[in-house]
Amino acid sequence: MTTEATVRVEDKLFFNRYLVDAGRPHIKVRPHTKPTPALLALLKVCPARCYELSDGGQVEITVDGCVECGTCRVIGEPGGDIEWSYPRGGYGVLFKFG
Amino acid sequence: MIEEKFDAIVVGAGMAGNAATLTLAKRGLKVLQLERGEYSGSKNVQGAILYADMLEKLIPDFREDAPLERHLVEQRFWMMDDRSHTGLHYRSEDFNEERPNRYTIIRAQFDKWFSSKVREAGATVLCETTVTELAQDAYGRVIGVRTDRGGGELHAGVVVLAEGVNGLLGTNSGLRERPKPENVALAVKEMHFLQREVIESRFNLKGDEGAVIEAVGAISRGMTGMGFIYANKECISLGIGCLVADFQKSGETPYGLLERFKKHPSVVPLIEGSEVKEYSAHLIPEGGFNAIPKLYGDGWVVVGDAAQLNNAIHREGSNLAMTSGRIAAEAIFQVKSRKDPMTAANLTLYKKMLDESFVMKDLKKYKDMPALMHTQSQNFFLTYPELVSKAMQNFVRVDGTTKIDKEKTNLRSFVKARSWSGLFGDAYRLARAWR
Repeated sequence: MTTEATVRVEDKLFFNRYLVDAGRPHIKVRPHTKPTPALLALLKVCPARCYELSDGGQVEITVDGCVECGTCRVIGEPGGDIEWSYPRGGYGVLFKFG
Repeated sequence: MIEEKFDAIVVGAGMAGNAATLTLAKRGLKVLQLERGEYSGSKNVQGAILYADMLEKLIPDFREDAPLERHLVEQRFWMMDDRSHTGLHYRSEDFNEERPNRYTIIRAQFDKWFSSKVREAGATVLCETTVTELAQDAYGRVIGVRTDRGGGELHAGVVVLAEGVNGLLGTNSGLRERPKPENVALAVKEMHFLQREVIESRFNLKGDEGAVIEAVGAISRGMTGMGFIYANKECISLGIGCLVADFQKSGETPYGLLERFKKHPSVVPLIEGSEVKEYSAHLIPEGGFNAIPKLYGDGWVVVGDAAQLNNAIHREGSNLAMTSGRIAAEAIFQVKSRKDPMTAANLTLYKKMLDESFVMKDLKKYKDMPALMHTQSQNFFLTYPELVSKAMQNFVRVDGTTKIDKEKTNLRSFVKARSWSGLFGDAYRLARAWR
């Protein structure tokens, strides 16, 4: 779809306020050589596009823009693909409007 | 850290948690509320529509100082294809009443206000505190919580889990299951700011009158989903949500859907020239009655979204959250006043009271709707809206074709798309699930 190619999620996340807990990501991807279908689904379904494919073909996460919706937990936690916890108190996304 | 034992600890400061904490504090119980956000509301996301009746039961005079946006005088429902919408609009002067029934709100602002009422009632509210674990005794009874502030366990007679749709405590402790992809929708939303007068003229409003639009059809690309456009005072909340299982299958992106919705010719003129100030996402419980987990146990109850208490058909969630929080608190108060322990046997009272309320009765009424909508999403969310659009265009376009031929064409298009047995089957299944 042509629209999607032009959507830059980073531009959307730029509006948001975050307090990043540097060095303490609240979501971790299990080390893998070949990503499972669940992990591959996260590349598209994550609304903040936190998941990216590395040059080596693994799914990697950068949690800085995470909006803490939990979608990846619902998809990725059952099979053990990811570990999900909430950011420490006060950290993470800070909604002004919600 | 706090050494004393509380009557109750409430985890979470959303609608359910605030309702529970307020009710407990008003009843004179010693209650501690824990919230991971910077303040109550900073992690909370909703459309959002507030239902006055359920808030009145907690704060009768809320209209005096609550940050309300607009009272709703008009509800629009749109069925969309790529270039058109067929609308059902209901607008009534009756909604310009002294005590309006529904308002648009902005959750981060509303929740801050709600939290101030909770504090005034005497509860201890501790923000920027993530609860990491439930504390359980050797018999598995919940006796308190541990937080990321360290300092050991916080103890209470009962823990109220108001931790939201994605609550980790209850699921990690085995009190209920993690939501399944087919039982939750992912919604994304943007806040579009415009001048107040611009919003009023575009939505045909005066003063604090408000209008909301809910839309289904081609915008969800055949997935079970819905778009929404809510007029606030100086901004428009615009978003779209679809089942997580459908996203997973389709490979659609949520922001891609949002952009398509915004570019629809029916939507463009409403938001033209706006300044976007926030982008958010949230899960919505969609499993209905059959997805409701066990609501209580030894030393705990679960309320609100965490308990999947959401009426997806009527898009009611925050009122079910408020009501379940209030009822749980009333039940806890009754058990406490009898000087009984907070055992599962005694806390069945919460379930019993909730069963008697509109919360469970409404959810039970629609118990078969999720299965119907979720398994036939292509028909209900794409085929029918497109058929209706085509039929409407055929109906209103005057081109010399006889009316009899137009009607035949319309009927043929429905039968071709769904077959006679499909049409009757869909009507029958819908009627049965609705009743």
